[in-house]
Amino acid sequence: MIGLRLRQLVFASIVALIAYVFAANVMLPASMGMALDSYSLTIIGKYLCFAMLAVALDLVWGYCGILSLGHAAFFSLGGYAMGMYLMRQIGERGTYGHPVLPDFMVFLNWEQLPWFWYGFDAFWFAGLMIFFAPGMLAFVFGWFAFRSRVSGVYLSIITQALTYALMLAFFRNEMGFGGNNGLTDFKDLLGYPLASNGVRVWLMLASGLALLLSLFLCQKLLATKFGRVLVAVRDSESRTRFLGYRVEHFKLFAFVMSAMIAGLAGALYVPQVGIINPGEFSPLASIEVVVWVALGGRGSLYGAALGAIVVNAAKTFFTGSYPEAWLFFLGAMFVISTLYLPRGILGALEDLAQQVKGNAPKLSTEELS
Amino acid sequence: MVRVVSFIFSLFFVCEVVYGQTFDQGKALADSSLKEKMVWVEKLASDDSEETTRILQHWLDGILVYWPQENRLVRGIKEGRRYQLQDLMTEEALGTAASRDIDRVKTNNSLRSALKQVLGSRQLASSDRDVRLAAIAELKRRPDYKVLLLLKKREAAEQDDQIARQLSELIGLVLLESTEANEQLEGLQRISGELSPEVKDSLSRFLLNPNLDPQVVEVAQRELEGITRSLMYWGIGQDLFFGLSLGSVLLLAAIGLAITFGVMGVINMAHGEFIMLGAYTTFVIQQWIPATSMWSLLISIPAAFVVSGTAGIVLERLVIRHLYGRPLETLLATFGVSLILQQLVRTVFGPLNQSVVTPDLLSGALDINAAFSVTYNRLFVIAFALCVLVTLWAVMQRTPFGMRVRAVTMNRGMASSMGVQTKRLDALAFGLGSGIAGMGGVALSQLTNVGPNLGQSYIVDSFMVVVFGGVGNLFGTVFAALSLGVANKILEPFSGAVLAKILILVFIILFIQKRPRGLFALKGRAAED
Repeated sequence: MIGLRLRQLVFASIVALIAYVFAANVMLPASMGMALDSYSLTIIGKYLCFAMLAVALDLVWGYCGILSLGHAAFFSLGGYAMGMYLMRQIGERGTYGHPVLPDFMVFLNWEQLPWFWYGFDAFWFAGLMIFFAPGMLAFVFGWFAFRSRVSGVYLSIITQALTYALMLAFFRNEMGFGGNNGLTDFKDLLGYPLASNGVRVWLMLASGLALLLSLFLCQKLLATKFGRVLVAVRDSESRTRFLGYRVEHFKLFAFVMSAMIAGLAGALYVPQVGIINPGEFSPLASIEVVVWVALGGRGSLYGAALGAIVVNAAKTFFTGSYPEAWLFFLGAMFVISTLYLPRGILGALEDLAQQVKGNAPKLSTEELS
Repeated sequence: MVRVVSFIFSLFFVCEVVYGQTFDQGKALADSSLKEKMVWVEKLASDDSEETTRILQHWLDGILVYWPQENRLVRGIKEGRRYQLQDLMTEEALGTAASRDIDRVKTNNSLRSALKQVLGSRQLASSDRDVRLAAIAELKRRPDYKVLLLLKKREAAEQDDQIARQLSELIGLVLLESTEANEQLEGLQRISGELSPEVKDSLSRFLLNPNLDPQVVEVAQRELEGITRSLMYWGIGQDLFFGLSLGSVLLLAAIGLAITFGVMGVINMAHGEFIMLGAYTTFVIQQWIPATSMWSLLISIPAAFVVSGTAGIVLERLVIRHLYGRPLETLLATFGVSLILQQLVRTVFGPLNQSVVTPDLLSGALDINAAFSVTYNRLFVIAFALCVLVTLWAVMQRTPFGMRVRAVTMNRGMASSMGVQTKRLDALAFGLGSGIAGMGGVALSQLTNVGPNLGQSYIVDSFMVVVFGGVGNLFGTVFAALSLGVANKILEPFSGAVLAKILILVFIILFIQKRPRGLFALKGRAAED
């Protein structure tokens, strides 16, 4: 019961945050001084996107036992799809003033748009690609990997290799994604200028709603029989297989769905921070996502979201005030969360609450591994 | 000698010059037209006295002036509106003169390049071997027919075999500039078998000449084809050598990983940082022992083994032991440790790369020919990896410790039942694997800069090696490391370094679908989870 209440608390605070911003920045007049400034809006929006990414990873890691060390790749692909749309929206306002080609292509003396940039001037197409690009990659990769029963640390290592290969590829100018500098200097989204406060409010609200939606969707999915089978795969893959389930299909579905959620998170993230570059593909970025989930509470969607927000708030604080200490802190969190908080902050709080009530804590940690 | 040579040369030219102890034709030189000056350069080229060299050098530098008052050439350095005059040889001050009282010897671009050629060929007479080699290299870049006679004279006088060969190649290049077929043929004969890029360029340029004798064209074409073919073969050899040295580095990085992964099923993400610790140990030891001596490197090897090995044992005792049987959690915890180690090194040594000096004995290269050279530091890395491999093999196959490690790798429970102290063995095996990584760091410090991110750039590659080669098999690791290293370097010329790496990664991702437990997977019950 306590656990349920904690989850409700996380859910309620996200709803309250959205409601507050909606009320203060949209409904009430600015003269009341309740509105958040654009810096806070961007930071909150960013955290909400990261929380979505954490939920996506928790779906496959916490409930299906697939530790992906390359989830930032799906996030970045979604981000790049959105970035390409935003680049096409710049039009003639670029430094070189070319009506079609983005600046970096003019700079590289390209004559025409590469084929994979076609269609990105339409928002509906970009919106489709936000789900399609990460989903397709996850499908192809997962289809190969799960069919040949690559699992455990082997799978983790090749997901890391996947994002590493993508990072190297996107760093190349010839790839046509802006190389080292990535995509930036965005002007507007659907005709509204990105720099304006109003657009930032709506982007933040959209991120919050998307987070709630993905939490809701995942929860509904996990409550079905399908979700039960996923957990069974996590706890004992061979037994589930012997019971007659096509384990690889279940894993593949969860993996693709998770990749699409991650892609959506990336797409909402890019217009808020104003840049996407190949650094987002780095293995370190992916593995940071894992620590958000581990610290927040693996196997609990709300815990993952909470972990993402807590760790990123800490990151903002440390990189601002004590830049040297950040990696020490991050490293220590990896060690502490695996050694002492196997079920994360949320799990620890639940156990604590149980102990206060006099009940023995649930021994679910052993099952997780 | 000077007189004889100059006498022979004077026969060729319109203007007869008699060289004395001092050059007394200053007025004629200064008064001549730019066209006549070119003839003067050629005349002076054949005389190799110290004075002529100075005249040519000053002429090139634009400070050679004729002083009518004393009827001789002097150094004239412009100061304000007047010239500071100095003796040509002693540089002793001779007073000043207004610009109308002296006559500066003028130059233009074609004169300047001719002067450079002549002065370059003069350095061929230097007693310093390196100066001569440098002069040959410089002259090869723009072969000039004018210096032919002088080169032939030098060739006759040259004692050093290697330089004589280079000189012959240079003369061959110069002869290609000739217009006479027999000289061209002699030139082709001289450059036959040489593989330097200058020879190839000159030959390609030579064949563009429309006025060639058909026989000469045939010889030249055959020569060019031969050179292109040999260059290709030697190029492949060079790629193989680089590939082997890269593979050796990968081997040193991956072999420790394979041990820890094989014995304990533990993925140690901090393994790259143990390599980095080894490299930094080399750096620290170089602060105490002169870096140029081989001793400093030799002491670094055991030191790095101890430093990284100890760090490994501490990590095992403090963290990994508590996560036994939970490989994914171990992966995360060791990743955290790797971040802490990186930041620690960054705090202590600073974020910038430190350059580790290569000992004198290992710097330089053995040049087989222009297309193939064996750098000693890479050779050292290959030899070192081989030594480590042989030692490790002996330890694993011939000692009780090795036998226990193999037993635990195959079946932990059974080994434990037979009395192997698996906990203690885990710590020791982890220390061994980490120590080897540290020694890999020493080798790596000879090839690249040492920085806090050194380990990270090798960790993904090391994992690929382990995944490709399979766990628990030393030779699987060796095979995987060397083949990945060579494949990387062979692909590089066609696709560029980054694309080569991507191709390799994609290949491994596809490969692991087919053989999820690696190329040389353990067979039998050991392989079952």
